[in-house]
Amino acid sequence: MRQRAVDPGKSSTGISGLDAITRGGLPAGRTTLLVGGPGSGKTILSLQFLKHGVTSCKEPGIFVAFEEKSTRIVGNARSFGWNLEGLRRQKKLFFLDAQPIPELVQSGNFDLGGMLAALEILAADMKARRIVFDALDIVLALLPDHAAKRREVYRLHEWLLARQLTGIVTAKAGGDEMTSAGPQPFGFMQFMVDCAVILNHTVIQGVSQRNLRVQKYRGSGFDENESPLLIGVAGLEVATAPTMRQVNAKVSSERVSSGVDRLDTMLCGGYYRGASVLVTGFPGTAKTTLSGAFTEAACRRGERTLFVSFDSDSNEVIRDLGSVGIRLERYIKSQVLRMASARSITGSAETYLVRIKTLAHDHGARCVVIDPMSTWSKSGHDLGAHSVAERLIDWSKAEGITLLCTSLLDEMSSQADGGSPLQISTLVDTWIHLNYLVQAGERNRGLSIIKSRGTAHSNQVRELVLSDSGVTLADTYSAGGEVLMGTLRWEKEAAERVASEGNDVAARLKQVRLDAEEAELEVRLKSLQVELEAKQVEKALMIRTTRSREGELTRGRARMEQLRGADVIPPVRK
Amino acid sequence: MNRRPLFKFRLYIAGDAPNSVQARANLSALCRTHLPDRHEIEIVDVFRHPRRALQDGIFMTPTLVRIAPLPPVKIVGTLSHAGTVLDALGLETSAA
Repeated sequence: MRQRAVDPGKSSTGISGLDAITRGGLPAGRTTLLVGGPGSGKTILSLQFLKHGVTSCKEPGIFVAFEEKSTRIVGNARSFGWNLEGLRRQKKLFFLDAQPIPELVQSGNFDLGGMLAALEILAADMKARRIVFDALDIVLALLPDHAAKRREVYRLHEWLLARQLTGIVTAKAGGDEMTSAGPQPFGFMQFMVDCAVILNHTVIQGVSQRNLRVQKYRGSGFDENESPLLIGVAGLEVATAPTMRQVNAKVSSERVSSGVDRLDTMLCGGYYRGASVLVTGFPGTAKTTLSGAFTEAACRRGERTLFVSFDSDSNEVIRDLGSVGIRLERYIKSQVLRMASARSITGSAETYLVRIKTLAHDHGARCVVIDPMSTWSKSGHDLGAHSVAERLIDWSKAEGITLLCTSLLDEMSSQADGGSPLQISTLVDTWIHLNYLVQAGERNRGLSIIKSRGTAHSNQVRELVLSDSGVTLADTYSAGGEVLMGTLRWEKEAAERVASEGNDVAARLKQVRLDAEEAELEVRLKSLQVELEAKQVEKALMIRTTRSREGELTRGRARMEQLRGADVIPPVRK
Repeated sequence: MNRRPLFKFRLYIAGDAPNSVQARANLSALCRTHLPDRHEIEIVDVFRHPRRALQDGIFMTPTLVRIAPLPPVKIVGTLSHAGTVLDALGLETSAA
């Protein structure tokens, strides 16, 4: 129990999803009722709980088997890689076979006092902290009346509480118990216990879906919704949608190339490392090619990559991508790239998710490509597939894996809405849409970035050009509100070249003419300046002459007056 | 029952729980009626000897085990249905 910074009141189950739902595990020292139909995973969950207790929490455990023989249980657990036999030999785990023998004769009432007394001594010997009563319904069914069943359940519960053992009591639900007349013995047990977990196994459109729901949990918060449950290769997995505080993704500002240079430019350097990228488009819009380009770029950087194809066989994908200059064989040989064709996996979207997680984990993948993810919407119900897609994105974020998914759009769906069938376009960081533009008898591929979080990106539609040397983007021409591609683009380009040559000549001519005019004006300006100077000199001369003459006259008059001895009368000037 | 074999019983009880007390009473009554002077009864109180219960695989109390004659027969409960019990023990009701 005193394990890491875990709530001491909780017993970790070893199933990360369940621990997340219950905020740390089952109530320690109390009883949890685990109800489920046949094959819903009750026994596996209980075993995993015990095994985890022994191996990770230093809590020995007891398994009371009312239904299956313990040898078979231990044998079955081996398929999950659990060595329960070893734990049994170390006396960390005890299996008590309490199956009523078939030839058992029953006469009158009985109780579980004997078993509890035996368990008491056993628990004390082993210092057991965890105990599982598997299929309690079997033994209760032997009891003659409802009151007796109630009494025994009560006895068991009291016993567990008094011993402070963390207990799981499993019981069948559905089937006989459900339809039998009268209230179920577990009905009241659900009120009595501190925690009740319900496992549900349904088939929706032919696809098996398992769910887990915590019905009650006294004294603790929990996620009340049904969560998908999966019997994986190493035990149960409970899928949880991380709540806001749980998502703690490593955010990176590193850019990774999309594999198409010009697309990188459009995205200001490429995708963010750890981002999730969605490529939507109709069939044949080169979604796979775009994912192939990304894959090749990742492999070239030496990053381990997982390519999951739902459409075609791995070899087909490699051949097809080879035709546009994307060569992946060498990376498969050097084991940088791992291709998986998911057509071989059948099952619900949950199964796909778990398989992809396992593959990615085994391969140590830093980049994961899923082509196309929309297949999921066909397996099982949409809601489940959507939540799987959501969790895939959360998972890749948490792992820092750059995820590229393609999503096929229905041919019938309108081009305007462009949303993917899984409705994940709101979750992804970058959404690239590929489209056909039919113009002048041609069908050309157009690429546009619908969104790219945290990135300035081009808002232009570009033409995606595939050739045997690779994938490139070409600028498109918009003319009169229309985007031109393919031949029309080429024509427009040619026309513009011609037009620009004409413009050049005209401009040169005009410049010559203007030069001439300028020169002429300059010449005129010069002669006028000379003329001006001459006039100025002439004017200055004239002024000087006039002044000296006036001076002479005045001096002459004064002299004359002096000579005549005249009164000083100021001369009357004209 | 011409050869009149000896019947050996072991009754596992849980202290003086009502079921156990009832089983004890029923067993002695049955033996008195059907097996006078040819029965042995061993009483094992699982509360006092829990290890024994564990070893013997006794989980429901009360449990009656016929040790002899072989094969062993296990009967769980208060033994209140005399017919069922006699049948299981191989005692003919007509012999009563």
